[in-house]
Amino acid sequence: MAEILFFSAVNGITYGMLLFLMASGLTVIFSMMGVLNLAHASFYMLGAFFGFEISRHLGFWPGLVLAPLIVAVIGMGVERYGLRTVHKHGHVAELLFTFGLTFVIQKLVEMVWGKLPVDYLVPPSLDFPAFTIFATEYPAFKLFGLLASIAIFLALMLVIKRTRIGLIVQAALTHPEMVGMLGHNVDRIFMLVFGVGVGLAAVAGVIAGPALVTQSNMAGLLGPILFVVVVVGGLGSLGGAFVASLLIGLVQTFAVAFNISLADVFGPVAADSGLALYLDDIWSVTVAQVAPVLPYLLLVLILIFRPRGLMGNRES
Amino acid sequence: MSDTSDTVVRPAGFPSGAAPGPLRRYGPWIVLALLLLVLPRVFSSGLSISTMCVMGTMIIFALSYNMLLGQSGLLSFGHAVFFGLGGFLTAQMMNMMAGGEGPLPLMVYPLVGGLAGLVFGVIFGAVATRRAGTAFAMITLGIGELVTSSALILRGFFGGETGITVDRTEIHQVFGLSFGPQVQVYYLIAGWCLVSVIAMYAITRTPFGRICNAVRDNPQRVNFVGYNTTVVRFIAFSLAGLFAGIAGGLASINFEIMNSAQMGAAESGSVILMAYIGGVGNFAGPIIGAIVVTYLHLMLSDLSDVWELYFGLLFISMVMYAPNGIAGVIMMQRPLIRRGQLLRVAPYYVLALIPGLVALAGLSMIIEMTHQLSISASEGLGMTMMGIAFNADALLPWLTAVVLLGGGGWLGVRAARLAREAYGAAMVRGRVQ
Repeated sequence: MAEILFFSAVNGITYGMLLFLMASGLTVIFSMMGVLNLAHASFYMLGAFFGFEISRHLGFWPGLVLAPLIVAVIGMGVERYGLRTVHKHGHVAELLFTFGLTFVIQKLVEMVWGKLPVDYLVPPSLDFPAFTIFATEYPAFKLFGLLASIAIFLALMLVIKRTRIGLIVQAALTHPEMVGMLGHNVDRIFMLVFGVGVGLAAVAGVIAGPALVTQSNMAGLLGPILFVVVVVGGLGSLGGAFVASLLIGLVQTFAVAFNISLADVFGPVAADSGLALYLDDIWSVTVAQVAPVLPYLLLVLILIFRPRGLMGNRES
Repeated sequence: MSDTSDTVVRPAGFPSGAAPGPLRRYGPWIVLALLLLVLPRVFSSGLSISTMCVMGTMIIFALSYNMLLGQSGLLSFGHAVFFGLGGFLTAQMMNMMAGGEGPLPLMVYPLVGGLAGLVFGVIFGAVATRRAGTAFAMITLGIGELVTSSALILRGFFGGETGITVDRTEIHQVFGLSFGPQVQVYYLIAGWCLVSVIAMYAITRTPFGRICNAVRDNPQRVNFVGYNTTVVRFIAFSLAGLFAGIAGGLASINFEIMNSAQMGAAESGSVILMAYIGGVGNFAGPIIGAIVVTYLHLMLSDLSDVWELYFGLLFISMVMYAPNGIAGVIMMQRPLIRRGQLLRVAPYYVLALIPGLVALAGLSMIIEMTHQLSISASEGLGMTMMGIAFNADALLPWLTAVVLLGGGGWLGVRAARLAREAYGAAMVRGRVQ
């Protein structure tokens, strides 16, 4: 039992930190521009595939640096030539634009790399067990992923809290017009922030790629969970996104670890009526099987009891 | 989305001049009914009849979506949930009544789907419509995921990965209609389509429909006037669920199978595509969109392996350059026709269209060649486009493609600017005369 608890906790925190790498970029972009980038998970996927392609020719480490840079440049291009054009048509058009982008990016990835998972390997320098506990080895690469996400998180916090550009970004979050009045180029800040935000998502992709599965549906699988994170945390709140990322990471890994159903606890369904067939499904489903549903259930519950989200301060 | 949508936005109680005569009021619907009646005589092949069946279903679905996006300004990413649940409930009901036991004929079964859509619209709407804007979009996305993942768990009801099948000929038959032949199903769908379209149009003309528009345009002010915007959104959401459920019921009768993928994110995405490409600012827009997208879907999936990519690109360019969709572009020509200036501007449209098509050819060459190089490489690098055979790794085709795309694009942008100027000039000229 202690083993399950320990590994679920470590895995949950690792997954949660990966989620936060993406949710932080998404949150900053949303707070500054008021547009929720639905294609955020697609940039994560692009990061993973670029990292894979570079790792085939140059190795994993160049990929970790180059792939996010390429994705950041693509992101800036999208902001400059796409989002800014759409901006004048209003928020719904912006959302729809990023929605269309998810579609196009997925199809492009399928066109180039196919629909099957690609063989993105853990780098040899990290392909060893980091430590052995309860007779189970914990891979060093996962530990690296956790440490890298924490390092990026700390660096991001330092930049936002301690540097001049961070100050301007913070100001632009709440008072974009005033920042513009003071002579800063708000458009360029937006473009940079968008680039950095999707670049962070790409870093998450390069780290998650070898650890999870690099496949053309990875954006579709992760995207909805990412949006659950930002809504549960409270739209536009970095602290909320952090708490919600860890919460959802832990909930999902812990749920997967438990193979218990209502039938195990209360015994099988006794009644033999026509309804029993449908009831039986609910009764015999295990916690592990419900795991994919839990984030969305959490979303609905949060919305009923706390519509602003955990730490949100704005209504919409 | 207000300048081109005068069918929707014209204030109530101000029909231009006197009250419209019965011919003006009912004429379009009678024409539509006659059109639906004769269509299977004109396009009588099996393929075109089953295509029209899908189109009819999708018209209802897209229009129901537009009750949210176009009429009330609610962007939902989970509308297929109601389509799917309506379809599943209809299918289950049909299976229960199979063998002609139930007294209900097949014609009324879509109503089962509609009721299911309404009930679930009420349930989910109570949660989702507490918020508007971006949060609403995210909640509907979450609800969509919630329902699809739950459907895979509840295998007894939703049939797991394979879904559930029905047999529409097993239902109690009246007037000797067995609904075995596809053309009978066509008339069933056409009938429900006509009824639903009229009902949804009628809703836009009621005070409730107007308040929906007001909530879309200025919720704060509506609140101030004394309406509860949440309640308005909630009613709109539930009604949209009702019509989506009818569409789902028709789909399960038409295909005789329901699958949990039919309420997933892909289906929700395709209804957004249909409504938006057709035009959300105009009542007829989603109808156009449903017809065009269904047709393109059929045609492109035969022509190219990566047809979905073209769809995505079409959608993005619509969002960027024609936010009012096809209907919006058509409505833009109306003032020109009224001023008798259309013929003066039309040559400029043709002038812009030709380089546009050239650029499109270049783009699709690049897409198809990349596809050939990466995925279909195992089948060899030789390929043909428009009857010309070439190798995907040769230099000449790539150069040709880049020149076509670059040259066509450059000329197209210039010609489009000319066309815009000509349009503006024609509008001014029309005003002076």
